[in-house]
Parts: sequence; structure tokens; C-alpha cells
Amino acid sequence: MIVRIKFFAMLRERAGVAEVSKEIAPGSSVADLWRQLQVDYPKLAVPGIRLLYAVNQNYVGVDHRLNDNDEVVFVPPVSGG
Amino acid sequence: MFRVTERPIDLDELIRYVTDPEAGAIVPFIGTTRNNNEGRKVIALDYVAYPEMAEKELARIGADAAKKWPICKMAIVHRLGPVQIGEASVIIAVSSAHRDAAFAASRFAIEEIKKTVPIWKKEVFEGGEVWIGTQTGQPLPDR
Repeated sequence: MIVRIKFFAMLRERAGVAEVSKEIAPGSSVADLWRQLQVDYPKLAVPGIRLLYAVNQNYVGVDHRLNDNDEVVFVPPVSGG
Repeated sequence: MFRVTERPIDLDELIRYVTDPEAGAIVPFIGTTRNNNEGRKVIALDYVAYPEMAEKELARIGADAAKKWPICKMAIVHRLGPVQIGEASVIIAVSSAHRDAAFAASRFAIEEIKKTVPIWKKEVFEGGEVWIGTQTGQPLPDR
């Protein structure tokens, strides 16, 4: 199955790309995807960073199972206001 | 009215939006960009967002506030892109029959914005730039 990943803010700078599609194994979780993305983008992980996870524009837990065509965003520390 | 915009925020538009014949109070909150942060002299701020989700989260905050307090109407608009020092980065307006509800809902909204809305601020200061983040507050190690 294929999921779409959008990067924002510091993660966009570290990935060097705004949006990618990626084939992953059925039943993969958000955590599985994050591990695979770190292989694709070795600079992506920020030591000690606390991420939030959004699938189809809703926050989910890291163990959330992904579905085909999901839009996934790893949300680095927010700083609106 | 819950949205993000790259244009300067129009306070009067928000006030008009929340004006209600049943309201006895309107509370506006204006978040502005400061010229200093943690000892750094800040030159400018640049906001980016995951816009579709940011607007959904702003609307969620409005719905939660309406469950907690008897408010009439709420509007939240957050600025994106470069924002000069002293300009409004976010404006919240709330109306309610009695003032306590509007004050409480306004305070709740700004605190929630800082926790959950996918908006990020890059601070440009004398000598560098850094992404600000309340979950860690740490700068990028390689910048």
C-alpha cells in the first residue's frame, strides 16, 4: 500500500522535500513508517525531539495502523501563537 | 471563523463576526511578535502551518470552548509567513452574555493553540535563525 507523507518546518528542512509517497507493508504502524523514513532521510531524526502524529489531519497514537492512501504528517514541536 | 492567512489580520472583521445581540461582552486577544526571546534580539518571525489541519484544530478549540463555557461566538485567525515585530500573529475574539465566559474561553483558546495547532514559528535573530517549539524548545543542532 502507498501512503503520502508531508513534511513541515524543521522536518521539511531536514528531509529536503515537502511531500513524498512511499510504499509500505500492509498493517504498518506510524512508528514503522517513521523508522523507514529515517533510512530514506538519514538527517530526519532530531535527537530528543518529541513528535505528534497526524493521519488524515487527525492526531493519532504512534501505534496507529495505516491504510492505503493515508496522508501522514509527523508534527514537530508546535509554536503557534 | 477559524482560519490561517498570509495577510495582516483584521481585528475589526473578527469583532464584527462575534458581535451578537445576545452578547454583553466581547473579549479580543491579540498575540504580537516580540523583539526579544531568551536573551536574543529578534529581527523577525516567520510562521508556517499544515494549513488544512491547523484550521480544523482551531475549529476544534472553538467547539471545545463552546462546550465548557456559554459563549455566543468565537473567531480565531492566525497569521502565516513573515510577520514583522509588533504585528499581530494571532487574534482571538469571543462574545458571551456575561464577561466571565468570554475571558475564560479566550484564555483557553490561546493556551490550546500553543499545544496542538500545527503551526510553527521560525525566529530570525541577530546571528542566526531557529525553529521555536514548546515540546522541546531546542534549536536545530546543525544550524
